[in-house]
Amino acid sequence: MNTPASEQRLEQLREKAWQEGVVPGRGVDVVGGPIPRKPGYYGQPVVKPPVWTWEVPLYFFFGGIGGMSAVIAFGAVLFHQVDLARAAMWSAAVAGAVLSPILLIMDLGRPHLFLNMLRVFKHRSAMSMGAWILTAFGTCVVSGSIALELHAHEIIPGALGQLLRVAAGIFISGAAILGTLLATYTGVLIGATAIPAWFLHRTLLPIHFGTAGLGSAAAVLELLGHRIAALNSLGFYAATVELALLVWLSIDKYGAADRAIHEHGTGWQIRIGEVLNGPLALVLRFFGFIPLAALSFLIGALVSRIGWIGVGKVSGSDPESVFAAERY
Amino acid sequence: MIGEGTQSTNQRRHTFVRDHVEVGFFTDPTVCIGCKACEVACKEWNEVPDDGFTWTGNSYDNTGHLGASTWRHVLFLEQDRQKGGQIVGSHSLGNGPEADPFRWVFLSDVCKHCEEAGCLEACPTGSIVRTETGTVFTQDDVCNGCGYCVVSCPFGVIDRRPAPLPDAGGAFKCTFCYDRQKSGLVPACAKVCPTESIVFGRLDDLRARATQRVNELHQHGYDDAQLYDPTETSVRGIHAFFLILGEPEAYGLPPKPQVPTIYLKSAWTAAFATAIASLIVTLLAFAFSS
Repeated sequence: MNTPASEQRLEQLREKAWQEGVVPGRGVDVVGGPIPRKPGYYGQPVVKPPVWTWEVPLYFFFGGIGGMSAVIAFGAVLFHQVDLARAAMWSAAVAGAVLSPILLIMDLGRPHLFLNMLRVFKHRSAMSMGAWILTAFGTCVVSGSIALELHAHEIIPGALGQLLRVAAGIFISGAAILGTLLATYTGVLIGATAIPAWFLHRTLLPIHFGTAGLGSAAAVLELLGHRIAALNSLGFYAATVELALLVWLSIDKYGAADRAIHEHGTGWQIRIGEVLNGPLALVLRFFGFIPLAALSFLIGALVSRIGWIGVGKVSGSDPESVFAAERY
Repeated sequence: MIGEGTQSTNQRRHTFVRDHVEVGFFTDPTVCIGCKACEVACKEWNEVPDDGFTWTGNSYDNTGHLGASTWRHVLFLEQDRQKGGQIVGSHSLGNGPEADPFRWVFLSDVCKHCEEAGCLEACPTGSIVRTETGTVFTQDDVCNGCGYCVVSCPFGVIDRRPAPLPDAGGAFKCTFCYDRQKSGLVPACAKVCPTESIVFGRLDDLRARATQRVNELHQHGYDDAQLYDPTETSVRGIHAFFLILGEPEAYGLPPKPQVPTIYLKSAWTAAFATAIASLIVTLLAFAFSS
């Protein structure tokens, strides 16, 4: 007999009730009487927690590395450090123009429709702006890398070679400007939402994501063997800013509204991440353990990103946080 | 009005779409009997899939919450308060010191169709649009399931439908039965509501009618009756508004909902500042080291 799934489920529940005398419910609250004592409506979430999975924090991580690598490439080109510029452009291309789009598309509910992102341009949607920034960045990075490689290998001589040099300069400048936006817009993306723990920290998030991106980009290049003073300075700068953000996050509390950050395990992920890319990276770098400092910063930047998405899920599921956040 | 019979706006054909008239739902829990016919009618007309049978243990509400496959949701509130002039009590009659007040409130919740809609602003594909009647509509064939509307709705209405349900991956919510409206029909939930707890009609008519209803209820001893229509916040009012007894929190409704676009300015300022700082610091780092 062909019974619909719903009827089968009903039969299962009846069977279970017959055998065990009770079907355990999720929301039963019988302590002291019939009136439910959970906050809001039976403790149901007031806003919806994010549906995003592991791809999104990884995208934030690689987007940060890719975007800020282009900035370092721009600096290297300006100061005639061609080897470093080539490595940085490779890093920008792999992280920002290959891994980032793949992760972003993988996270979509319908990946085959990803091009629909480019149907409209909406400056009031951070997701739309992000899609355009990523597209423009990818174009600049790929063109800039090709031009730079051809120029560096001196494949094309003469006037055409000079033209290639100019083109590389223009594309790398474009990639640098778009790269700073690629690394920071993700903070706006989650900061301008209805999730209390996110929107209450909307100024901290872009600073954190952007700076973590810059430090990670420098760390990747250092781990690739480019031990130069400029990258070391950037490492010091990023770790110092992250240390300041760790202090800011510990002081800037909003009670029940952002308790996911201060009372929940995912909040600890953020703080552990911040310790790794703030104070620990700073101390290691100060004593000259550069590869260790770079590694510590990279791990911290990733763990903190995972923590921020996790905090959004906890905060969005907590009705009391939403009610409390309305005072701010 | 109640008793209008076939003259009620819930039963008449209309030309609101053609005439570009702002429409709305006014939902009144004081006449709702909790029959859930609106949930059933919505599921049937819109072919919304079954998303599982769950025993919640929360009164007679086994629907739980609005979501991708639940566009109408009847709430069952159990409160230790009086409903109007109702006399209840297991220990005594009347409202003496031993009174044990209890009330059951039913309210059919739905997408609010905000004047400033967070989901519509957030949508990067243009899948979510505003219709001629001022309601918010999702075009399923355009949606690529990015999930940004889910975190941008201040009411937690829209959600992404998980596999293995039909049309999984896209974001869904109440369409205000736009297809029915285009043919001059009343939305399925309002059409089927046996007590006209859900009323469909012109938004301005409904707002006047709702104010009148609140006054009427106050006269009958429903002291905590009030309208839930956040016109004072950045949402600037909703097309599906409610009469509620007591505080909005108990219904899972945020007292002061805000459209998340108001946070853009401070967030982008921080982003641009970080972007410029990163560029300058990088150039300085190279300048001082070479």
